[in-house]
Amino acid sequence: MSIEVNPLERRYRQNFRSNIGGHLIGAILFLCAGVTVVTTVGIVAILLIEGLSFFTEVSAFEFFTGTKWTPLFTSKGFGVLPLVSGTLLIGIGAALVALPLGTLTAIYLSEYASSRVRSILKPSVEVLSGIPTVVYGYFALTFITPFIKDYIWPDAGPYMAMSAIIVVGIMIVPIIASISDDALRAVPKELREAAYGVGANRLEVTTRVVFPGALSGIVASYILAISRAIGETMAVTVAAGARPNLTANPFEAVQTMTAYIVSVSLGDTPHGTIEFKTIFAVGLTLFFMTLVMNLISARITRRFREVYD
Amino acid sequence: MSDLSGSSRTDIKSQSSMFKTSLALRHFRGRVFYGVCLAGSLVGILLLIVLMNDIRQDGFEYFSRHFFTNYPSRKPEIAGFRGAIMGTLWVMTIVAATAFPIGVGAALYLEEYAKKNRLTSLIQTNISNLAGVPSIVFGILGLQLFVRGTIGYGPAICIGESCGFGRSVMSGALTLTLLILPVVIVASQEAIKSVPPSIREASYGVGATRWQTVSSHVLPQAMPGIMTGMILALSRAIGETAPIIMIGALTFVAFSPETPLDPFTAMPIQVLNWVSRPQAEFHDLAATGIVVLLITLLTMNTLAVVLRIKLGRESAR
Repeated sequence: MSIEVNPLERRYRQNFRSNIGGHLIGAILFLCAGVTVVTTVGIVAILLIEGLSFFTEVSAFEFFTGTKWTPLFTSKGFGVLPLVSGTLLIGIGAALVALPLGTLTAIYLSEYASSRVRSILKPSVEVLSGIPTVVYGYFALTFITPFIKDYIWPDAGPYMAMSAIIVVGIMIVPIIASISDDALRAVPKELREAAYGVGANRLEVTTRVVFPGALSGIVASYILAISRAIGETMAVTVAAGARPNLTANPFEAVQTMTAYIVSVSLGDTPHGTIEFKTIFAVGLTLFFMTLVMNLISARITRRFREVYD
Repeated sequence: MSDLSGSSRTDIKSQSSMFKTSLALRHFRGRVFYGVCLAGSLVGILLLIVLMNDIRQDGFEYFSRHFFTNYPSRKPEIAGFRGAIMGTLWVMTIVAATAFPIGVGAALYLEEYAKKNRLTSLIQTNISNLAGVPSIVFGILGLQLFVRGTIGYGPAICIGESCGFGRSVMSGALTLTLLILPVVIVASQEAIKSVPPSIREASYGVGATRWQTVSSHVLPQAMPGIMTGMILALSRAIGETAPIIMIGALTFVAFSPETPLDPFTAMPIQVLNWVSRPQAEFHDLAATGIVVLLITLLTMNTLAVVLRIKLGRESAR
């Protein structure tokens, strides 16, 4: 919101010296906003500089198509696919958990819940996203994994993708529920009333009128949530294990890109070595995956939003 | 002609019978859908209750005075959380002291000073993109920029022998500041936007400059909203683990930091350290640490809600 400068101030402004303090303050505030731009430039520069220096030693072809990720061993393999598959296994698995739950929660909140129920349920769901992710990791490791071993998959080891999938899925439910709820509520009452008027019941109104009307917002929330799941670090580090593993079996241990970066920084790999530079190459891959998803999500929200008046 | 009307009559008959059966079916489907939606929205809450119960069961065995006064140890009976608590206090103080002025300054620039041009919309887009960058990537940034004082190319920023801030409280705090800055800026912008324009106009009307208007009218009015956003952002920073692991917060620290350039640990890091050990005793210690962490977060969130309700009432008066 910009306020038109009043004539009195404008006259003062014409005399620069009388308003030098004002200019100084404006410049300082601009620098504050500039910090965010510098942050982005810094991230991209660091990932590109160190990442590209990695790719002078390891070919990009080997990196993106290799199936053996053993940079810290004596027989080195620099194929990132096992880490990508681990990340995708958890990302897709978490989506399978969170998409139905988040969508149902959003529909319940916007179409069924009374305002009283809503005022309790919505904050309670949002608590799920406020819990530190290391706490989810603890819960997955000490509760969900033993539960799965006892009742579902007795062969499993102490680490498995499945329990990480469940907690990461639960963690991203509030993102979907909250954004989709907003999208559903933005569909005007008149559309619902028209549908009720021709005899549709609440299920039909919801699934054939309201849901399609809010689809762009809902899809945007899905992509944002999956992007968050891919970038999630601590729960997968604690629960999913530390073994790069090209598998689609959720009951095996896997390592994600984020968990690999953490494992290198926890170890004592010396700075400047090719082993250490892997974290920048992996970080660069991760950064671009999430960036592309976030941009698609933002574009869907802007481009396909149904504008109701 | 008669043939046609006859056939249409049977049509209506068959249709009406179709409607009768399908009405019951539609009601049934409607009720099932309601049940599924309700159940789906309760799954998350249910899991939250199970999680809290799990932590409550394991988290009080070591919950004693010693837990707050001792440093971590190989013996679980005497291990404590003091280093982590002090480390988190140090880091959060610096985060608050840097994120607040920069965040509010940036929000003021965007809302009150910036012209509506491409640069402004670029900054705005950049802020929302930054909010979606995984926290571990901020950790990589902090590791290079603050720990080593370089971006990997060209000279490093060195004072004497040491370059950057090293693996210190300062590096951790600045990394977290950059991480929560988008949240602080957006929350502050919302608060500043909600200050009615009439207040600004009245101030300009009596001849105040832009800064006088902003500092003595807009900011005080927006402060409750800004503080709420700030507290919520800080409570996110307290739970963040990945970025400060990256900058190398040590997981075994038997001392409290005394200057901002000392190495440190933090509450979530200590919890991670205990979780990653195989022995069950250390898992219980982790649960105890989680109890302390969650109580801290709960207190901060309650404070934010109280602040919003109380100050919201005052400004409505």
